[in-house]
Amino acid sequence: MLEQDWIWGLIGGLMIGGAGALFLLMNGRIMGASGIIGGLVDGSGRANWTERAAFLAGLVIVPALLVPLYGSVDTRLTDNVWLLVAAGLLVGFGTRLANGCTSGHGVCGISRLSLRGMAATVFYIAAGGVTVLIARHLLGVI
Amino acid sequence: MLRMFFAALAGGLFGAGLLVSGMVDTVKVQGWLDVFGAWDPTLAFVMGGAIIPMAIAWRVAARRKLSGLGTPIPSPSVQKLDPNLIAGSILFGAGWGLVGLCPGPALAASTINGLSGVIFILAMLAAMITLPALRRAFASTGKTAWTSAR
Repeated sequence: MLEQDWIWGLIGGLMIGGAGALFLLMNGRIMGASGIIGGLVDGSGRANWTERAAFLAGLVIVPALLVPLYGSVDTRLTDNVWLLVAAGLLVGFGTRLANGCTSGHGVCGISRLSLRGMAATVFYIAAGGVTVLIARHLLGVI
Repeated sequence: MLRMFFAALAGGLFGAGLLVSGMVDTVKVQGWLDVFGAWDPTLAFVMGGAIIPMAIAWRVAARRKLSGLGTPIPSPSVQKLDPNLIAGSILFGAGWGLVGLCPGPALAASTINGLSGVIFILAMLAAMITLPALRRAFASTGKTAWTSAR
């Protein structure tokens, strides 16, 4: 890790937390990405779909506008279709079953000392760690 | 209209934060999970940084009944674990580790991830759309833990 990585991590983290604070204090909503997306596509969030759609529009468009400032951004995402499909399905099922992901359970849950948020975070980080251990170091597929 | 404006502002700031923090870089995310390899602690700084303003916001919210735009402040968190929470988090973590994407960064980087990003998002949406129907199907065939919540 380059030394400036953690500084940018901290700055970006403060921005993410600021976004969650704004969404909570102005809109009265918990900023959970999987819940906002999931409620929009499975129909359970029909009552406030415009708010969800506006949030997602900002989430997609603003980074797209900022990328040119960096010249280019390499996200180093795999192009292995099977891995992408498997991961997408796991993330989709898992986050909706657990009612939250890194933003909802992680950022918003831990900050209010929610037992569910903290437990979810422990389990998804542990599962992610085991997955990287097996897929990278034992099987060599990632 | 004002609700949409602040929602878009929050979404935009969230996306900008994900870009600035480096969390759209899937190898950095996998690096955080790679405890037995070249471990990358950046994600801990991102998470720590995000929790600070959010913890303050929860304290402010606790003293109010309504948000700035008049919606009730979300009720206190449920302090109860259930099998769905744990099983779901394990499935999510496995997918997160496989390619280094979770829902927020998948959307924030959707314009730069190319076809790979589209494939991931389509698979994620397909799972999200089918889960309620799967739950109903299992609920009607017999009681299993993961159909009981919600």
